[in-house]
Amino acid sequence: MALLQADSSRTRANATSLASRTLPRGTVPGLGIAACGLAALLFSVAPFGGFAGYVVFSGLLFLVAQTATSFAVEGRRHAVDRFASSLVHTTFLIALLPLLSVVWKVLAQGSDQVNGNFLTHSMRNVGVSDAGGGIYHSMVGTLLQGLITSLISIPLALLVAVYLVEYGTGKLARSVTFFVDVMTGIPSIVAGLFIYTVWVLTFGFERSGFAAALALTILMVPTVVRSTEEMLKLVPNELREAAYALGVPKWRTILRIVIPTALPGIITGIMLGIARVIGETAPLLLLLGGTDSINFNALDGPQSALPLFIYDQAGRPNPEAIDRAWGAALALILIVMILNLVARSVARLTRVR
Amino acid sequence: MTQMTEFRSPQGEPPVEPQLAGSPVRAGDRIFRTLTAGSSVFLLVIIAGIAVFLFSRTVPALQADSVNFFTERTWFPDSAPSVFGIAALAWGTLLSSLLALLLALPVGIGVALFIAHYAPRRLATGLGYLIDLLAAVPSVVFGLWGRDFLVPNMVGISSFLAENFGWIPFFATPNSETYTQTMFNAGVVLAVMILPIISAVCREVFLQVPQGHIEAAMALGATRWETMRMAVLPFGRSGMISSAMLGLGRALGETVAVALILSTSYGISLHILEPGGNTFAANIALQYSFAQDTGIDALIASGMVLFVITLLVNMAARWIIARRAAFSGAN
Repeated sequence: MALLQADSSRTRANATSLASRTLPRGTVPGLGIAACGLAALLFSVAPFGGFAGYVVFSGLLFLVAQTATSFAVEGRRHAVDRFASSLVHTTFLIALLPLLSVVWKVLAQGSDQVNGNFLTHSMRNVGVSDAGGGIYHSMVGTLLQGLITSLISIPLALLVAVYLVEYGTGKLARSVTFFVDVMTGIPSIVAGLFIYTVWVLTFGFERSGFAAALALTILMVPTVVRSTEEMLKLVPNELREAAYALGVPKWRTILRIVIPTALPGIITGIMLGIARVIGETAPLLLLLGGTDSINFNALDGPQSALPLFIYDQAGRPNPEAIDRAWGAALALILIVMILNLVARSVARLTRVR
Repeated sequence: MTQMTEFRSPQGEPPVEPQLAGSPVRAGDRIFRTLTAGSSVFLLVIIAGIAVFLFSRTVPALQADSVNFFTERTWFPDSAPSVFGIAALAWGTLLSSLLALLLALPVGIGVALFIAHYAPRRLATGLGYLIDLLAAVPSVVFGLWGRDFLVPNMVGISSFLAENFGWIPFFATPNSETYTQTMFNAGVVLAVMILPIISAVCREVFLQVPQGHIEAAMALGATRWETMRMAVLPFGRSGMISSAMLGLGRALGETVAVALILSTSYGISLHILEPGGNTFAANIALQYSFAQDTGIDALIASGMVLFVITLLVNMAARWIIARRAAFSGAN
C-alpha cells in the first residue's frame, strides 16, 4: 500500500498532463509554520490567552489553510483526503494527551512523597492532619490480595481455557465462551456487592483481605481465560498429533506439550490480569475494611490496599493527605506499569511460532 | 482443528484400542476432562449466583421502600419510613455514560484508523501499546487526576461553552457557575477511561479488512480517505458498534473516578455544566459507609439494576461481534 502511494506521488510530482496537479513539496510544513506564526501574532495583539488556546487556534488555522490551498490546487477530493488525514492524526494526539498528562502529573506530585520512610512505614498513629506516615501497610495488603487472587484465579482460568480449546464442543462451550466475554464487562462494584452479599451478609464473615481477593477473582478470571484461550489456539495441531501418535494420553499431552508451548503467552495474559485487578478500588471499598496498621493476615481483620488508601486519602480535606494520595498513586502506577511492560516483553521475547 | 476430529471419538476420548490403553490412562483423561468441564460450569454458576444473591437482597429492599423504586429521586433508605429510588441515579448514569461515549467514540475510531492504516507499519504496534497503557492506569488514579488536575483546567472550556452556547439547554448555567463537580467533568474523565477499549476493538476489526478490498479501492484511484470510507469503515461497522457498546458498558459501571469527581446529589437536570448528578456505582461508593441494614439492601438493589443494564449492553455487544464473525468468512 505504502509502495503504491509512494509511486503515485512521484509520478504526480513530475506533473505530466496525465497526473493531476498536486501541492508542491514543502507546502504543508510551510502552511503549518505560517499558521503557528499567524496565531502567535494574533495572540500577542488580541486579548486571547493560554497555551492550550494557542495550540488549538493554530491547529484550526492550519487545517483551514491546508484544506483551502489543496482545494484550490488539487481539487475537492484531495482536499477532503488531506482534511481527513489531519483529523485522524489529531485524534491520536488527543488520545496521547491524557496518558502523558496523567503520567506527568503523578510523577510531579508523587516523586516528592515517595522515599524510604514513605515506603517502609504505615499510617499507624499518624494524626488526621499530620504529615508523614507511609504506605507500607497498603503495599502489604495489595501484594497479599494480589497473591490470593492469583492463587485462585490462575488454576480456575487455565482449566476453563483448556476446556474451551481442547475439549469444548457444543452448547456448554458456546455458552461459557459467551459468558466469559460478558463477565469481562461486569462492573467491579457489582462483583464487590456480590461477594459482600455472600460473604458478609449470608455467611456472616468479617470483611477481610480474603473477601476482597474473592471479588478480584471474579474480575480476573475472565480476562485470563480469554488470553489463555487465544494462546492455546496458537499451538500447532501437529504437536498434539505427534504426541497422540506416540501413545501419550490426551491429558498428559495437554499438560506436557500444549501448555508448555503456550506458556510465555499465558504468563503475559496472567500478568496483564494481575495488573488490571490490583488497581481496582470499588470492591475494596466494600470488602476490605481499611486500616492504618500493618496486617499480614488476609483472613483475619481489616486490611489496607494501595487503591483504597489513595481513595481514602484523596477524600480528606487536608493537603498532607492529598500529597500522600499522590505518593501512593505513583507507587501503584509504577507497579501496574512495570507488570504491564514486563508482561509485554515476555510476550515479545518468547513468542510462539 | 478439522484434522483433529479424526483422532477423537464423539466423546473426546483418545482413539486408542481399549485393551492397549491401560485403565489408569483413561481414568486420568476422565478426571482431567471432568475437572476442566467442572471449572467451566462453575464459572456459569458464578454468573447465575451474582443474579440470585443480588436479587435475594433486592426483594426485602423493595418491600421496605415506601415509594416507587423506579420513579423516586431521593435516597433516604434508613429513615422511617424508608424513601429511596433510582430515577436520579439512572438519569445520571445514562447522561454521563452517553456523554463519555459521544466524546470517546470519534476519537477512538480515529485512533484505530491511525494505528491500523495511517501510521507507519513499524511504529504501529508500539503506538498501539501506548494507547493500551492508558487502560492500565487504575481508575482511582484517573479520579484523583480528574479532580485535582483536569477539572480545574476544564473551567475555561466550561465557561466558554456556557457563555457562547448557553442558549442550548445542555450548556445553560442558570443556578451555578463554579463549573466543578459537573456531569461534563465526569463525562470527560469517563471518555478518557473508555477510549482504550473502543480503539482496541475498532483496531482489531480495521486490521481484518481484506487487503483485496483496500487494493481494489486504490486501483480505482481512490484517495486514502475514500479507501477508508468505501472499504474500511463499512467492513468495520459492526465492530465500531460493538466497541461503542463495550465502552458504554465500562462507563456505566465506573465507580471511584466518578465518585471522586461528583458530589452526592439527587437532581435530574439537563444542565451538564452545573454541579450535581450521581450514578449507580458512585452512589454505592459514596453511601456505603453511612448505610445501615435497609440502606445496604437498597444499595444492593441499585447494584442489581446496574448489573442487569450492563449485562444487557455487554450481551448485545458480544452478540453483534459473534454475528459478524460468522459472516466474515464470506468477505
